[in-house]
Amino acid sequence: MQATRMISGRAIPWGAKNIDTDIIIPAKWLKTISRDGLGRGAFESVRAVPGNILDAPENQGAPILLAGDNFGCGSSREHAAWAMLDMGLQAVIAPSFSDIFSGNAFKNGVLAVTLSEQDIARLMAVAADGATITIDLENQVVTSDRQDRFAFAIDPFRKMCLMRGLDEIALTLAEDGAIAVHEARQAQTAPWLVPAQG
Amino acid sequence: MPKPRTLYEKIWDAHVVARREDGTCLIFIDRHLVHEVTSPQAFAGLAANGRQVRRPDLTLAVPDHNLPTTARLDAAGQPIPIADAESAAQLAALEANVRAFGVPYIGAHDVRQGIVHVVGPEQGFTLPGTTLVCGDSHTAAHGALGALAFGIGTSEVEHVLATQTLWLAPSKAMAVVVEGALAPGVTAKDVILHIIGRIGTAGGTGHVIEFMGSTIRSMGMEERLTISNMAIEGGARAGLIAPDAVTFTYLQGRPMAPKGTDWDAALRHWQSLPTDADAVFDRRVEINAPDIAPSVTWGTSPEDVVSITGHVPAPESFADPAKQDAARASLAYMGLEAGTAMQDIAIENIFIGSCTNSRIEDLRAAAAILRGRRKAANVRWAIVVPGSGLVKAQAEAEGLDRIFTDAGFEWREPGCSACLGMNPDKVPTGERCASTSNRNFVGRQGPGSRTHLLSPAMAAAAAVRGRLADVREYL
Repeated sequence: MQATRMISGRAIPWGAKNIDTDIIIPAKWLKTISRDGLGRGAFESVRAVPGNILDAPENQGAPILLAGDNFGCGSSREHAAWAMLDMGLQAVIAPSFSDIFSGNAFKNGVLAVTLSEQDIARLMAVAADGATITIDLENQVVTSDRQDRFAFAIDPFRKMCLMRGLDEIALTLAEDGAIAVHEARQAQTAPWLVPAQG
Repeated sequence: MPKPRTLYEKIWDAHVVARREDGTCLIFIDRHLVHEVTSPQAFAGLAANGRQVRRPDLTLAVPDHNLPTTARLDAAGQPIPIADAESAAQLAALEANVRAFGVPYIGAHDVRQGIVHVVGPEQGFTLPGTTLVCGDSHTAAHGALGALAFGIGTSEVEHVLATQTLWLAPSKAMAVVVEGALAPGVTAKDVILHIIGRIGTAGGTGHVIEFMGSTIRSMGMEERLTISNMAIEGGARAGLIAPDAVTFTYLQGRPMAPKGTDWDAALRHWQSLPTDADAVFDRRVEINAPDIAPSVTWGTSPEDVVSITGHVPAPESFADPAKQDAARASLAYMGLEAGTAMQDIAIENIFIGSCTNSRIEDLRAAAAILRGRRKAANVRWAIVVPGSGLVKAQAEAEGLDRIFTDAGFEWREPGCSACLGMNPDKVPTGERCASTSNRNFVGRQGPGSRTHLLSPAMAAAAAVRGRLADVREYL
């Protein structure tokens, strides 16, 4: 994972609620064995509509998406995070996220920032007016060049991983001893936990 | 006296390998189901870093999402190649990966093959009190057996393959208590649709839902699987149902379940799992079962639920302005007018299948309605897709396949099929499908498809009438 400290630029003032992962990337794009190139299918049904906000000229290259409640609900497909990255989106700001999506976003260095509906309403207004929005991960604030400043919370471990671009598997393998202890205890107290083969 | 704990807390506590200061825990994973769509990038990640699968003995791979449900063998018994090159490549990648990493595999031509969430319980791979994950959100289904089971993304699949653990923050506990007897014609699917209609698709976010109460306790295992399967549509990453005699009877003798003295030891552990009497839930929702009618969705969110005797709601009837906008967009997409009686909505496609409703009881319920009847002339496409090869064989032994084919349905090979618009089974643009699956999202069953979620018996009634229909008129 690449290190992420600060994301700054235009924000797309979408605001839609319950954006599910079938909207972010329809299943027909999931037949790939690669993480790359999914931007072509990102938000396909939304972008099929002429005049849609995602393809508006002023939103091209915008790294931030402003969305409504329950962003990323639905399937567990990590392809949703890969598709967003591939189309240039590096962060989503929403009042709430589905649990699985926020985990997938984190693993790929996509910031899923939770702010109140009120704060997002303000950001929507200034973003529509062309403001530059900045997400400062180190200081945990979202600011705009229109004097806005909104603090956000983030799990300290996730913050550390994001800022340093750490490989979580390597970190976990440092706990190998503790895992082995658990396995040994399980083998002794509950040997039936290993599935019978056939 | 020890603090009373919920079923969720008991499973969690027994699987903590390490704990960070912020409360996040490294949780041991007892069971990992792998399928072809969300695993190739994970195996590639392992290979790129020279890592192995830590516990292949706790892992089981089965293809399901992408596999066509048409005949898999030709007249000479030879495998029929998959026409779509990308699908074929994804399945070939799974086969190469399970060989390279030594992962147990149930292949496309094995009679045990099926949807991972049907295969796990059926083989006895899913056990009470275990932690179980899969790169698929409907992993929530396995909570029906009292397993803490949830969907994960591909990076987490790779993490579990490499370490047999996941870093997780504890969830809040939510109790959904359903009490009383269900009216005739009302099934587990109606119960879970009703619950989601009540709590909303974000209602369970951050929570694990334990389904409790006399209605749940009186359900068989297959009905419980339908309930827990859709916990995710209620926003909860996992659902749980306390293991009891129904669970133990279901599991005993299954191929991968414990045997002999192992069974006795496992049973003693499982009997200690149910939530303690005074345990505290963060949230509690109570549902009166006799209030539940045969239900169906009208919109593009699983929370858009209405009784079959109801009408398409007016967007203005919702208090939340954002929900009003969403309802307007849903009605436009669905091609529906507010105030239309649900039973006046004509249906061109019927899908009976998916990890929600493709087990033998589901097929029996649909066949009971279709026996001696035929699909209406305006129903263009009707398919039944058994959840596994073993479900298919059982249904054929009972003659259910003949009832379906006599009624004008196609009888297919097991897989995810028309639930998700990824394999060849799709609903054409602008057409409606009465579907026993779990999601009615925009484009879910194919671009422009219009999905109405309902029970297998209700899908059968819709097929006969050619419109959404009240199953109680066909009992």
